[in-house]
Amino acid sequence: MARATVLGRLTWRVATVAALRQETPNARTIVLDVPGWPGHVAGQHVDVRLTAPDGYSAQRSYSIASAADGARVELTVELVPDGEVSPYLVEVLEVGDRIDIRGPVGGWFVWDPARADATPVQLVAGGSGIVPLMAMIRTRAAAGSTAPFRLLYSVREHSAMLYAAELETHAEAVTPTYVYTRKAPGGHPRPAGRIDAGLVRAAAWPPDRRPLCFVCGPTGFVEAAADLLVAAGHDPALIRTERFGPTGGPA
Amino acid sequence: MSTDHLDGNAAAGALREIFTTDLTAATGTCASCGNVATVAQAVLYTNAPGLVGRCPGCEAVLFRLVRGPGRAWLDLRGVTCLEFALPDPS
Repeated sequence: MARATVLGRLTWRVATVAALRQETPNARTIVLDVPGWPGHVAGQHVDVRLTAPDGYSAQRSYSIASAADGARVELTVELVPDGEVSPYLVEVLEVGDRIDIRGPVGGWFVWDPARADATPVQLVAGGSGIVPLMAMIRTRAAAGSTAPFRLLYSVREHSAMLYAAELETHAEAVTPTYVYTRKAPGGHPRPAGRIDAGLVRAAAWPPDRRPLCFVCGPTGFVEAAADLLVAAGHDPALIRTERFGPTGGPA
Repeated sequence: MSTDHLDGNAAAGALREIFTTDLTAATGTCASCGNVATVAQAVLYTNAPGLVGRCPGCEAVLFRLVRGPGRAWLDLRGVTCLEFALPDPS
């Protein structure tokens, strides 16, 4: 007897690189063609496995950047210096190459327009933590959702910002606020610095709107940002977090 | 707090290899302190021979998962109850 949401055991499948897109000097988007892809929900990720000719293999988790679209799946990977997997994905991988992926996985750090009502959504990204949040922004647009979104995006400097041009096209829908931690571009209203209490008060949804908050970034950023949201009066039960480490994911 | 940990979201693939439903959205009760949280919120250490999930409340070990050639070990010693959405049988 088939049950819609009870799935089979998850196994690895082969994905073919259909296209590559340089996003910043250190990050690129890998467009994968995955025959039989079952679709995904914004915020989900995949595990990527690389195997060397001698049989040594390494795997990492990467968030899906794209809205569900048939057999196409996009990952955006940022280079981790001295990393084991990301240098290959960012600098070596070519169109036509095949990699093993497993997914989609994750059912908590997700935003599904089919289940969302008019609940406001607060997105908070640190660095490449924007990737799963971009999937939510793209999914919102693709679904024609009117759920009120706001984005707080912290990056080192403008050249490290992912999807900068595309985010501008969503500016009206997601009211982005950018925070530059190292160097702010000329004319930016706020000097370089980390996200702080004043900024959360000024730029995020007020706590009485009870937004669902998605916070993603390096572990230290996520801890700090989630604490700021709680300190500002946001209900911890409405804050969903996803951390990635210096290695970009689990070994 | 140290920042060498991830969170339970990163264990989703390894757990879905074993369970037919997503376990990261399930809520678990910590056997040590009684804290109730989703598996996604567990403090996850991957710099061990496997995955170690700890309680976000008291840091006691909730689960350990080790994958070896042709087999897996799953230790759920720190979780007294898992609750997850499951459709009724049709």
